[in-house]
Amino acid sequence: MTQPIAKILVAFKSVPDPYEEAAPGGSGATAKSVINPFDEIAIEEALRIRERGEATEIVGLTIGPVTVDEQVRAALAMGVDRAIRIDDPRALDPYAVARILRAAVEKEAPQVVLMGKQAVDDDSNQAGQMLAGLLGWPQATFVSKIEFLDNGARARCTRETDAGLEVLEVNLPAIITTDLRLNEPRYVSLPGLMKARKKPIEVVNYELLGMQVEPLTTIISTVRPPKRTAGTRVETVEELVAKLKEEAKVL
Amino acid sequence: MAAQTLILIEHDRRQVKRPSLHAVTAARQLGGDYAFLLLGSGMEDMARSLTGYGAAVLVADDAALAEPLADRYAAVIADAFRKASARTLLATSSTFSKDILPRAAALLEAPMLTDVVAIEEKEGALSYRRPVSAGSMLATVQLKGDKRVLTIRAAAFAAPEGDATSSPVENLAVDASSLPNGMQFVSREERASDRPDLTEARVVIGGGRPLKDKETFDRLVGGLADSLGAAIGATRAAVDTGLAPNDYQIGQTGKVIAPELYIALGISGAIQHLAGIKDSRVIVAINKDPDAPIFQMATYGLVGDLHQLVPQLIEAIGRS
Ligand SMILES: Cc1cc2nc3c(=O)[nH]c(=O)nc-3n(C[C@H](O)[C@H](O)[C@H](O)COP(=O)(O)OP(=O)(O)OC[C@H]3O[C@@H](n4cnc5c(N)ncnc54)[C@H](O)[C@@H]3O)c2cc1C
Ligand SMILES: Nc1ncnc2c1ncn2[C@@H]1O[C@H](COP(=O)(O)O)[C@@H](O)[C@H]1O
Repeated sequence: MTQPIAKILVAFKSVPDPYEEAAPGGSGATAKSVINPFDEIAIEEALRIRERGEATEIVGLTIGPVTVDEQVRAALAMGVDRAIRIDDPRALDPYAVARILRAAVEKEAPQVVLMGKQAVDDDSNQAGQMLAGLLGWPQATFVSKIEFLDNGARARCTRETDAGLEVLEVNLPAIITTDLRLNEPRYVSLPGLMKARKKPIEVVNYELLGMQVEPLTTIISTVRPPKRTAGTRVETVEELVAKLKEEAKVL
Repeated sequence: MAAQTLILIEHDRRQVKRPSLHAVTAARQLGGDYAFLLLGSGMEDMARSLTGYGAAVLVADDAALAEPLADRYAAVIADAFRKASARTLLATSSTFSKDILPRAAALLEAPMLTDVVAIEEKEGALSYRRPVSAGSMLATVQLKGDKRVLTIRAAAFAAPEGDATSSPVENLAVDASSLPNGMQFVSREERASDRPDLTEARVVIGGGRPLKDKETFDRLVGGLADSLGAAIGATRAAVDTGLAPNDYQIGQTGKVIAPELYIALGISGAIQHLAGIKDSRVIVAINKDPDAPIFQMATYGLVGDLHQLVPQLIEAIGRS
């Protein structure tokens, strides 16, 4: 490819650390927040595309309150060129996120928007597809490989589906959402983190986007589901087979 | 043809996916009439196979719909929804429905919920339950507006009983030239298998990281699956390291299963994996670490080295 893609926008969300146990109570909050793992994969992919000379600028964007600035710094430390936080303290649903992102995409005019396939707190798996629908752009979801073709006019994407793998080509501009096998994100280095502290974060008030976006979903309660309890320890394979036959009656 | 609920049916170009039909049970709980929506090319036989559930079958049959490209499919689905004056667009959760329905929801300006496991009515208002945060929490959610898009978990809604009322098949006109054209299908890589489908199997054998290499995985996990006529699944760790293909992954970000029997071989029991197996009736864990978290939720636990125990188990099952 000779002509690099001018701009890739990566939308990322701050989520409770999936490797930590949530505090009791039902909010799902953990002591630590991180960049949503799928979004970290999206950032990593954008950086790799730039590093191999196929893109010029990587812009990171998140919607959230000031408390997510730590994850914005982490994105800057990974290597995104600049970061935007749309300041919005409300509990948003994916459709609200997609409508806010649409305004941002129309302003930034990237050729590719990279997103995660799913935020691991709400587990919705919607915002990327919704954004694609709102913009009328092609989409490639659950992607494990991206190649650019025809001077950056199209992308060939391998998708992970329930039946195996599928290859699609999409015309750019397009939305691409990541799956786990796309790459392994780099670790943030301490010098990278120091440098990121000096990079500015552009903060935009969501009301300044000039549109009314109200979430249409309301969580009225959250409860912990009943836990399965530990059953019986068996000592031998014979005992196991006997239990499965006589007690559980599954064999 | 008007219908309050449209059920998007998934197929593999040969036949309808059975879990698709579980959405009928959810549609009946929502109340009102429902119709099936079937998109593809050469759909006559499949459309006929859908009669007998008390639902009209709306078919968009066109060469332009031969592959499930999200931009076209969402446009056709949104159009059918408007023409039917429908209120709910429904499908069983899968990579097919998760790819296409959010896009259709955006076209319809409707809120969407993924992986609904229960529908409740309180004081005239509908609310929906769905797991969040890898199933560690169950959220009850209400929706604003008069339209909604839902995907449901097949395991949470039973396979529907047939219905004797007649089911007219109606063809939807498709204007191929007006469909979006920004996505092209290139190829698909699917392995033919004699084993049952992972999400429909009665027995599933899951393999984890210590299976080491593909040969060991196939010999132990595959061998045990063969002896029980079971499907095979895997953890993310096993898929990431190339022991198993991506479509074997069970869990929060893979497939959700609810078999009669799940046997976990060398699986620690991370919350992301448990999210996909919690609804199994009987869970067996074989793990060499007596403190592995999987033992806290297994029906039967056997502590030991899987390299010794699994061949013994295959033999014991063969004898019995
Ligand atoms: C965003 C995100 C999404 C994820 N999604 C999923 C998902 O959908 N599905 C999923 O499974 N995971 C998922 N994970 C990963 C998950 O957190 C765990 O890392 C993973 O499930 C661990 O896989 P494992 O049990 O095979 O490996 P390990 O955790 O390494 O466990 C291996 C187990 O094998 C035992 N063992 C070792 N040797 C032997 C032996 N010889 N005999 C018997 N037992 C032995 C060990 O005691 C150990 O308990 C996700 C993680 C993230 C961050
Ligand atoms: N608040 C947010 N800010 C920026 N991007 C987001 C936000 N919420 C979700 N996204 C993006 O949308 C993807 C899918 O999220 P979801 O539909 O909530 O599962 C995530 O992986 C992110 O890339």
